[in-house]
Amino acid sequence: MSPRLHLDRALAVRALVIAALLLFVLAVVPDLVGADWITTFTSVAIYSLAALGFGLLYGRVGLISLGQIALLSIGCWIGTRLAYATAIPFPLLLLVVGGIVCLIGVIIGLPALRLSGLYLALITLMFAGATTVVLGATQFPNGGHGFLGYTTNSSLVGLKAVRRPEMATSDVAYYRYVVIVAAIMFLIALVHVAAKPGRAWASIRESEPAALAAGVNTVLYKLWAFGLSSFMTGVAGCLLAAQIGEPRAITFQTQDSLTLAATALIGGIFSLWGAIVAGLFNQLLPFVFQAQWGINPNFLLILFGAGLLQVLLTAPGGLVDQFPKDMANLGRLVWRGVRRLSPSKEEPAAAKETKEAKEAKEPT
Amino acid sequence: MIEVEGLTVRFAGVTPIDDMSVVFPGGTCGLIGPNGAGKTTFFNVLSGFVKPAAGSITAFGQNMLKLSDYKRARWGLRRTFQTEMAVEKLSVFDNVALIHEHSGAKRSTRNEDVLKAIEFVGLQAPPNAKVGGLGARERRLVEVARAVVGRPRVVLLDEPAAGLPDEETAHLSQVIQKIPGEVGALVILVDHDMSLVSACCATTAVVDFGKLVASGPTAEVLRDEHVMRAYLGTETPMDDGGQESEALL
Repeated sequence: MSPRLHLDRALAVRALVIAALLLFVLAVVPDLVGADWITTFTSVAIYSLAALGFGLLYGRVGLISLGQIALLSIGCWIGTRLAYATAIPFPLLLLVVGGIVCLIGVIIGLPALRLSGLYLALITLMFAGATTVVLGATQFPNGGHGFLGYTTNSSLVGLKAVRRPEMATSDVAYYRYVVIVAAIMFLIALVHVAAKPGRAWASIRESEPAALAAGVNTVLYKLWAFGLSSFMTGVAGCLLAAQIGEPRAITFQTQDSLTLAATALIGGIFSLWGAIVAGLFNQLLPFVFQAQWGINPNFLLILFGAGLLQVLLTAPGGLVDQFPKDMANLGRLVWRGVRRLSPSKEEPAAAKETKEAKEAKEPT
Repeated sequence: MIEVEGLTVRFAGVTPIDDMSVVFPGGTCGLIGPNGAGKTTFFNVLSGFVKPAAGSITAFGQNMLKLSDYKRARWGLRRTFQTEMAVEKLSVFDNVALIHEHSGAKRSTRNEDVLKAIEFVGLQAPPNAKVGGLGARERRLVEVARAVVGRPRVVLLDEPAAGLPDEETAHLSQVIQKIPGEVGALVILVDHDMSLVSACCATTAVVDFGKLVASGPTAEVLRDEHVMRAYLGTETPMDDGGQESEALL
């Protein structure tokens, strides 16, 4: 049982690191940066959840879903509508929206039982396109009545923004709220991945016949993955609704689903950390480009394309996998350089090398 | 005991299994035949991946064809694949635990059962090692550990020794021989290595072109004239030279 014990210790260290990081993000970051950065970081947390949903499906189960942003926009729409129509407490609102989007996700997941790879990617991308069209036609609720909650009556428009939780109405407080909700979602994902569903998903990803022979109900576990991923994305959509206040259909474009998939792959789909990197790429970089450097953020698409190419060709584990390796290599390189500079240590190694070279030459 | 009655499988124009009737009495049973004889197709029918056009399979009183594919594992059917299919991204422990979790065995005995299965196959790698980092021999053993965990009733081994050197095949042979006695499962072994089949199997069935050619005690079956003709395409007796060349196939 020593390996278990060893695992437990590694787990404890990891938990400590994560807790420290979370504390830093919650307590220190708001004091370090300005208000516009805080709204950006709130978006980073929200889009990390959408990337997490993509990563769970593709990284764990092997299902490519390009409809994540569509689900996010649907979550945002439902969140907005329910916020106007009801007075339910915000946490409950999150759960309800997550639940409804989860159902929608499972329905989209149904074709996934028959399709995979490119076909599933196409179907889900079509779904994303359809969502953009429908939302463009129906608009986001703006305080009107009826099912759509949309009105052109200017005296009703913009009377109130989508409400935030009572304890977190300010931007900084809401930032903390979103980070905590996101952390809970990541924890749920982690628990899934490390337990029975994670093992079942891994076996499906490896080989579906082998999973069936192992007794895995592949239909159930695939739909479960779609449900969980959609739930998280739905919750993210609801968080986004309250962050924006007055969401507009123009915020969500079909191509955003592709950008999200690209950044999730660049971040790394086999690690939950990859989703956070994807969130940073998706929301922080455009902000830095536009607001800080004054560069058109559309140029980022080229950067993401190049990054994606690099990841697909050389680093399938993404940045979170490759970056530590690169740093270790760099460390070794620096260490070697340092050793070369100090002559006392360098000599024996060089002597040995020349001796070896001599020996290698001698037989010929 | 597994009874197969008039089993027929048809794929567009091809009949890989043609009205096959055979009984696997218990212990370790060999199933041999040339490439394309229908051995793996038979395993696929037993696993539920292929629906037969006709016939029945009854295992320990259970009509196997009535069970849906993934439920057969819960019933107690296990199998290994020709190309080994342990999950690379999971640890050795998780690979075996995965089977236990879906076998209907008690959760409370999981850790103990899993470690026991790993010990049973004589795997030296630490349980928390990722399977992706293991060698061919160790991966094979992980697959066998997956096949014996959680009280299986029937274990199907599809060419478990393929590509393994002799000394590792010898170890595998010892493990397979222990399965009926210690795990309590009926084993069906498909392999081209006749020394492995002879060492492990009390009885052997021979198929060719989807039909049963012979079945009975292994030593007798291997001496059978029809078998030698069907299997080797020659009249030469199955001496060591014959085994070696077959093992290479």
